[in-house]
Amino acid sequence: MAFPLLGRSSMRERNWSALVDALVFAAILAGIYAVLATVKYWMGVVTPAAHISRSPTALPVYAFYSLMRMGVAYVLSLAFAVAYGYIAANNRRVEMVMIAVLDILQSIPVLSFLPGVMLSMVALFPTRQLGVELGSIILIFTGQVWNMAFSFYSSLKSIPRELREAALINRFSAMQRFVELELPFGTIGLVWNSIVSVAGGWFFLMACEMFVLGNHDFRLPGLGSYLQTAASSGDTAGIVWGLAAMIAVIVLLDQLLWRPAIAWSEKFKMEQVESAAEVTSPILHLLRNSDVSRWIEKRAVAPLWERLTTSPPRVAPSKVARTSHRGRIVGAIALAALAVAVPYLLVKAALLLKGLHRAELVATLQAAGASFGRVAASLGIASLWAIPAGVAIGFNQRLAKVAQPLAQIAASVPATALFPVVLLGLVRLGGGLGVGSIVLMLLGTQWYILFNVIAGAMAIPTELREAAAVFRFTRWQRWRTLILPGIFPYLVTGLVTASGGAWNASIVAEYFHFQGKIMTTLGLGAQISSATDSGNSQLLLISTIVMAMLVVCVNRLVWRPLYHLAESRYRLDS
Amino acid sequence: MTPTEEPIIHARAIEKFYGPAEARIQVLAATDLSVYPGEILALLGPSGSGKSTMLRMLSGLASPSSGEVLWHGQPVVGPCPNVSIVFQSFALFPWLTVIENVEAPLKARGIAGAERTKRALHILDSVGLDGFEQAYPKELSGGMKQRVGFARALVVEPEVLFMDEPFSALDVLTAENLRSELLELWDGRKMPTRAVFIVTHNIEEAVTLADRVVVLGKNPGHVRTDFRIAMPRPRDHHDVHFLETVDYIYRVLTQPDLVPTPLPEPEAALAAPGAARAKYPMMPHARPGGIAGLLELLIDREGRDDIYHLADDLAFEIDDLLPIVEAASLLGYIHVKEGDAEITGEGKRFAEAGILRRKELFRVAAERVPLIRQINRALASKADHSMPADFFHDLLDEHFSDEEVERQLETAVTWGRYAELFDRDSSGRFFIPEETPQPAGDAAGVR
Repeated sequence: MAFPLLGRSSMRERNWSALVDALVFAAILAGIYAVLATVKYWMGVVTPAAHISRSPTALPVYAFYSLMRMGVAYVLSLAFAVAYGYIAANNRRVEMVMIAVLDILQSIPVLSFLPGVMLSMVALFPTRQLGVELGSIILIFTGQVWNMAFSFYSSLKSIPRELREAALINRFSAMQRFVELELPFGTIGLVWNSIVSVAGGWFFLMACEMFVLGNHDFRLPGLGSYLQTAASSGDTAGIVWGLAAMIAVIVLLDQLLWRPAIAWSEKFKMEQVESAAEVTSPILHLLRNSDVSRWIEKRAVAPLWERLTTSPPRVAPSKVARTSHRGRIVGAIALAALAVAVPYLLVKAALLLKGLHRAELVATLQAAGASFGRVAASLGIASLWAIPAGVAIGFNQRLAKVAQPLAQIAASVPATALFPVVLLGLVRLGGGLGVGSIVLMLLGTQWYILFNVIAGAMAIPTELREAAAVFRFTRWQRWRTLILPGIFPYLVTGLVTASGGAWNASIVAEYFHFQGKIMTTLGLGAQISSATDSGNSQLLLISTIVMAMLVVCVNRLVWRPLYHLAESRYRLDS
Repeated sequence: MTPTEEPIIHARAIEKFYGPAEARIQVLAATDLSVYPGEILALLGPSGSGKSTMLRMLSGLASPSSGEVLWHGQPVVGPCPNVSIVFQSFALFPWLTVIENVEAPLKARGIAGAERTKRALHILDSVGLDGFEQAYPKELSGGMKQRVGFARALVVEPEVLFMDEPFSALDVLTAENLRSELLELWDGRKMPTRAVFIVTHNIEEAVTLADRVVVLGKNPGHVRTDFRIAMPRPRDHHDVHFLETVDYIYRVLTQPDLVPTPLPEPEAALAAPGAARAKYPMMPHARPGGIAGLLELLIDREGRDDIYHLADDLAFEIDDLLPIVEAASLLGYIHVKEGDAEITGEGKRFAEAGILRRKELFRVAAERVPLIRQINRALASKADHSMPADFFHDLLDEHFSDEEVERQLETAVTWGRYAELFDRDSSGRFFIPEETPQPAGDAAGVR
């Protein structure tokens, strides 16, 4: 009885794997074609202001172009993040400077990079599409790279001492140490930050694909420009089509890329025992069992791995202090270059700012105050609903099963894409952008708080909750002595991420092309956007400096002390 | 085997300190130590005596602040050419399989493909991990993980094998098992390693394994005793000589001021600077409440127990318990003999008394402690019954470091306050409180 059944099931398994092989093969071919098509398009004659069709049939091609841009920008970000983090973590002399620079770069909004990046790229490739495309890619890159670099750096700094010593005593080469210790240790952080970064990339896609720079009009074919065109001409059907396409791409990416990546990265957890709840991904499972990917693994990955990790045979044990010599020379050259470049740029910036009117400065500070208020308000509103909801979900297994996937889908919808819809509603109700921008910030940031609170609530040990029940804590007492301290470290993480997101969102939220006109409100974001539009580099520079200073100050004065508090007093482990 | 042979590793006056010259924190005082071929050397000492620092300097992981480490007579920079370490936390790479973990050091030495796999499989087989090659560390039990740790250390055929408390993260039975397997490999000459250096806090483990035991003292770390154990292995834990050796090490560890009398044919102990200094009886830093607690525990155990077991049962670090034991012994509440603590009649009375009675009893007992007695007499002889703290500082500072003087006085005040003998005011001045009760009988009469 069991025999034929067994036979059939193994047969089906076979067919499956053949199908998977065919799919993997097709995917590789499609990938090669995509690269060729992209290259052809990029190498073509430049059309900085392409005509954007509002027909839904144009969407697949637009989605493809946007995806290519995002993909290239992401690969660049990954490479940069790993290199930057590695250098900062392994060179004590430059570490402090590199981390401070990262802190500042992180606080500069994407749009502030726009003029410089765009003009230099166009100057570099004046006749090819490549110039404009690279400009857009680098803009997307500046929106996603910093937190990834920071994550990799802090992963490297937190490698347990004994693991480092194990590599040292066995005299791993720098490459072996990187491939077998440092990179694996940083992988989980990189994967999670990649997800956050790419989500941020979608957020800014509209700004990165279509913008005005002085009297230049840049329009690159893509989902972002499609949505923006549809929004500014008030084409509701177009908005819905564009939104649908974007959500489809995001959901596909989530299933085909991020979930397998998360499931794969479980392998790099630093846990002593196997955890019960592992993330699973059917796609990853199928990939692992396909012959094509096995072949690739065996023929390409394994030999490469072998090459990277195995040192050349040693005749005599090598002594140290040769590479550090070379490192010193490189360091000296870099230092000299910095010593020339930094004062030069400072003088240029100072000259530029000299022409600034007092009134403009006052206006900038007022705008900063307005944006600051909006960011604070959006964080407050988000916390008000997300903390109770997150705790309820985290404490209730059954609720969590239903609510978590729903929230994840809701979170993956980019706020900018929804914004036209929200704005339409607000305009009908008679509200302005002053309130509308808070709503947009909320759309983008509340999820960080919610997810972190859920994670925090789940991490509170059952014994503590039972103790609270046994001692008959009142509701207030339960919140004060158990729940709030328990979720505190997670809440701080969520708030930090959310506030970063809110500042970035202010750029898009406070200044909007809509139905043929520009909607704007008082705010630093609006000022940066309009300065970019009108090519006013003085105003752009001063607004950027004010925003960066504001963000860095808030980081130093508010978030960092809270982090310390969370790390020292409110830790539940150990 | 003989010390006349050339050492593999020779540390010459190595020191470890941190911080600038004016506020230097000395971890390890200048120390000489050698690792000879053919020996298992066990390094013991209380926490904070620099055991781990010593291991890291000898293996070349860390460089000494001053002095030098010689490998076959040559100074080393970076890790010693042919050593490995077995770590307390195993330090396996969780993303590599068992065999990949074991192959990693071979890769670093440039050994390719088939040869590497062959060696790794061979060593896995010899530590009993046959069949687990493709498992990930997280799928293994603690004991199995440490076997991987051993395999990874042994696969490069190290000349010296370092072990940093390798068994302390394992349960008792597993640790016992691994220890005897290690000895089997060593005594059966199944591993090419020429010397083993093990850091441990477990005295019995040291006596079970070692050919030579070095005990470190602390503040700063220095060698207190260094001797050989000539018993054949496997060693019987009930053997008289075994027990004597355990008790001897025990006594050295429990009495930080004792200049160890060489018991079992010791090698010349390398006297540490300052070791001879502390002749003045030191006050152990224990609180009266802690002493009472210990006595109550002893009563529960029919009045006596092995201190070592007591610490084990309480999951105490032994050097956390020792000051309490010493204090109780100083007060005449317990008798300590060869590692056993036995409660005295006086101790029993103290433990069973109520709080007021306890204070009275403690007052009498504390008179036996020289420092308490001296402070009390000095205060009583003054008309205003008070003295500046500097007076007592001067009394002590030729015997102890500044820091230790402060700790001594701190403890004396804690005891004096409990006994209601004397106290210290906010300016640091010592005084006898106004309502200090007269001798015990009168006080009882008044109330």
